[in-house]
Amino acid sequence: MKALRLALRTLAREWRSGELGVLLLALTVAVAALTGVGFLVSRISAAVALQASAVLAADIRLGSPQPLPEAYFTEAARRGLRCARSTNLLSVVFNGEASQLTNVAAVSAGYPLRGRVLVAGEPFARGSPAAGIPAPGEAWPGSKLLAAVGGQVGSQLSIGAASLRVTRVLIARPDQGGTFAELAPNLIMNAADLPATRLIQPGSRVSYGALFAGERTRIDAFKAWLIAHKGPGERLRDITEASPQIRNAVERAGRFLSLASLVSVLLCAIAVAMTARRYVHRHLDAVALLKTLGATRAFTLAVSVLQLLSLALLAAVAGAALGFLAQEWLLRTIRGLLAVTDLPAASLSPLAIGFVTAIALLAGFALPPLLQLARVPALRVLRRDVGPPPPLVLLAFGPAIAVVLLLIYWVVPERKLFLSFTAALAAFVLVLTLAGLLLVYLAGRLRGRVGVAWRFGVANLSRRRAESVVQLVAFGTGIMVLLLLGILRDDLNGDWQRTLPPNLPNYFFINIPPAVRGDFVRALQAQGARTTRVLPMIRGRLTSINGHAVESLRAARTGEDSFATREQNLTWASELAADNRIIAGRWWTAEDFGKPLVSLATEFQESLGLRLGDRLSFDIAGEALEVTVASIRKVKWDTFQPNFFIVFPPGVLEGAAGTYMTSAYFTPGSARSLAQLVRRFPSVSIFDIDELLTQVRGVLDKAAFAVQSVFVFTLFAGLTVLLAAVQSSRDERRYESAMLRTLGASRRTVVQGVLAEFATLGSLSGLLAAVGASVGAYFLTTQWLDLRYAFGLMPWVEGVAGGALLMAAGGWLATRSVVNQPPLTTLRA
Amino acid sequence: MIRNRVLQAENLCKQVSSPEGSLTIVDEVSLGILAGESVAVTGPSGAGKSTLLALLAGLDVPTRGRVLLEGQDLTQLDEDGRARLRAQRVGFVFQSFHLIPALTALENVMLPLELAGRGDARRAAAETLRRVGLGERTGHYPRQLSGGEQQRVALARAFVTQPAVLFADEPTGNLDTVTGARVGELLFELNANAHTTLVLVTHDRELAARCARMVQMEAGRVL
Repeated sequence: MKALRLALRTLAREWRSGELGVLLLALTVAVAALTGVGFLVSRISAAVALQASAVLAADIRLGSPQPLPEAYFTEAARRGLRCARSTNLLSVVFNGEASQLTNVAAVSAGYPLRGRVLVAGEPFARGSPAAGIPAPGEAWPGSKLLAAVGGQVGSQLSIGAASLRVTRVLIARPDQGGTFAELAPNLIMNAADLPATRLIQPGSRVSYGALFAGERTRIDAFKAWLIAHKGPGERLRDITEASPQIRNAVERAGRFLSLASLVSVLLCAIAVAMTARRYVHRHLDAVALLKTLGATRAFTLAVSVLQLLSLALLAAVAGAALGFLAQEWLLRTIRGLLAVTDLPAASLSPLAIGFVTAIALLAGFALPPLLQLARVPALRVLRRDVGPPPPLVLLAFGPAIAVVLLLIYWVVPERKLFLSFTAALAAFVLVLTLAGLLLVYLAGRLRGRVGVAWRFGVANLSRRRAESVVQLVAFGTGIMVLLLLGILRDDLNGDWQRTLPPNLPNYFFINIPPAVRGDFVRALQAQGARTTRVLPMIRGRLTSINGHAVESLRAARTGEDSFATREQNLTWASELAADNRIIAGRWWTAEDFGKPLVSLATEFQESLGLRLGDRLSFDIAGEALEVTVASIRKVKWDTFQPNFFIVFPPGVLEGAAGTYMTSAYFTPGSARSLAQLVRRFPSVSIFDIDELLTQVRGVLDKAAFAVQSVFVFTLFAGLTVLLAAVQSSRDERRYESAMLRTLGASRRTVVQGVLAEFATLGSLSGLLAAVGASVGAYFLTTQWLDLRYAFGLMPWVEGVAGGALLMAAGGWLATRSVVNQPPLTTLRA
Repeated sequence: MIRNRVLQAENLCKQVSSPEGSLTIVDEVSLGILAGESVAVTGPSGAGKSTLLALLAGLDVPTRGRVLLEGQDLTQLDEDGRARLRAQRVGFVFQSFHLIPALTALENVMLPLELAGRGDARRAAAETLRRVGLGERTGHYPRQLSGGEQQRVALARAFVTQPAVLFADEPTGNLDTVTGARVGELLFELNANAHTTLVLVTHDRELAARCARMVQMEAGRVL
């Protein structure tokens, strides 16, 4: 209690007199950066999740071949969730004599719970969001269906026993599906009309869908409830099962944002360590006096710890408020530039994370110096040269290392990534420390060859060896992460632009009969479309793995295992496509053609836990085929080129009856060309991915936007480190400056000395940071983010010039008042 | 006779290591100080006066020998034990005042009372400040006070706990002659009123002359 009273009493006074201002500022900025990033990441992630939910038209979706129990809807409603139903079946739709097999979705009011249904007045036109669902007696057929049956708005379509009037053309619906099994032409109708169609008969292939959406925590709880209560044939899907393209983008963005927050946190740690060091330096005399007056070591420690805890509390509140305002301001500022109109409200969890992290940073980076402070002998009141005994190495660095490791593990919990990131960080700090020692040595040798100002500046680096090395490591790390972020951002944006060019394929064509393959491709080209590769496509079902029937394997598993039961699309290829990369095994050569081998995409391989050499049996049109896994491929799905999970070598599948598929880019407004194609090749199914692409671009837009914003926060955190570092040596500088001026140095000479010192330190930090950033960026880009790495000279120029400039400017600004202070004032103090 | 000795140094030795080898700063000093006695320790710079003071007050530990403060062997106590003893029985006045800049004059004077766990700290501190002539300046911070005023606050802080022994290290060393004389006057006046044992390290001959006994030191030894 005594300690708390004294801590608060001195804290209040020191705060008023500015004694603790720097420390508070550093902590506040640290928390602001952290919570700002946290708020931002949480909002962007929520937006991305919402965007992904749109693909399901819900947050979670339950599918079943049997009608779903009413209890699910009752329970969902009880939990405050929104519900809708979507019953899907394949049926032939007639317009007079013309008919077409169609994927009919009978939906209930409220559909879609996420995403939008786009409709238009004519086929293949640009859609606009629909208000609600078709009224009873109405139908919204898709463009392909209308084109195939020659209908238009106003036509009467026969679906089973019912006749429905076309009131709109369906351009896109969120859950139209990314798999080609769901590529039949579309139609949505009101669920109330379903009984009138009499389509649902015993034995009909119907898929009953239940859609649920609501607040995340409620959804998670309901999902757990559903998993516990659902029947065996009912399949649960949530946003983690969104289409591979979106999942790819979300994962990539999430990883990058995590990296950026980690960088901010580490910069905060450096700032805290530096400000704590200054705090200790300022309190040596006071602690010695307290001890002289009878205070125990525990008491003096308690006073310091309580002061810093109060500061942490204050900084957490102020920082969180600042962080929130900053991200809010950023979002508002940039919102107009991007298609971001529906960012969800921030969650409050960053507040707790911010506070806990602030305490953790204090414990790791401020507690060791405070323990040292408590060890200052009382004798210091008589002899100013007496300081605390040298710290134990374990105590000085142990807590800091432990906190850094915990923080890294918190952000990257995967063991391999954690180890590689930690190793890289440790190596970087070690290299910087060694380089710092080398610099100090060189500085000592160069002193004789430069003018007096430079000699004074460079000599300062040499004299304050330990401090110089600490600053070098801190600045080096700060500049490195900024450079690294810059390089990664460029790579990420560049790569996204490379992989998602504006003329990305926007239509897929499947079921191309082998006989018309050439004609069809020529027709595409004649319409001005940009075509891509044409791949064969054969349907087949996986029946056994290493001799064990898939059905028995599936029964042993508890999770969803759609790959094992779903009918697969198979293809063959002689060459490995450019957007495919072998990560295990090897791609076949001409000698392997005709051999029973197979190459799997990682998604398929991981889902079933397959390995190289495993034997897979497929049932292809009644024929059994056993093949051996020869290679595993990483597929870049976001190229929108035709790609398959399962690829065979040539000479294995050719006997099976199959069709071809391809993708192509059509310029906007090619509705007429597409309608002509549909009429000329009626068996070819056209899949319009324009809307899907828009969704993907929306996700990437949000991700890129978050990256930019996080980068700003990290830059700010880096500048705080700079300020903290310069501030930490301010007292010494004040004294040195006074001494120099007393001895006759002009103000100009002192300023030049300061500039020389900081510019040298800055440029060397920048140089080392550029090395580290380039190596780090190469490693992260190629190994982690799965992008290409392009070496650039700019980071080196930015590092060296920026480091020198920033440090010199920061150093000058921070020491300006020191230099300007009359020497007598300092020497008398 | 031992009963009356509030402070007893026996064969005190303090050695420190230096680049030139071991350096003896205090060399076989034995000293007894009676309760209520005032002793001035004088000698040239580097004679070991301040080190002797630090050893006697338990701020430092001797290489050899021992110090008894009211019969309690300081060398047998750890750092916290010596601190507790100081809180109860010892007061200090320093050359450079050593006030805590973040605390007001009143709070500085209250501090040793609070550390010793004594109640009514505020009233006692205010009363002592009034006695040193700073009754109107209790709310001022050290930097708002002159050197003489700061040293008077330090005197108030030293006497407020009514210590058995008061150690003063060059209490007038940072003050001009006139102010120094006034502070010296106040020191002896308070000492006389409180019957405190005073151990004073000083270069100031006039101040030393006011003490009942003078201990002359040179090269670590008492002459």
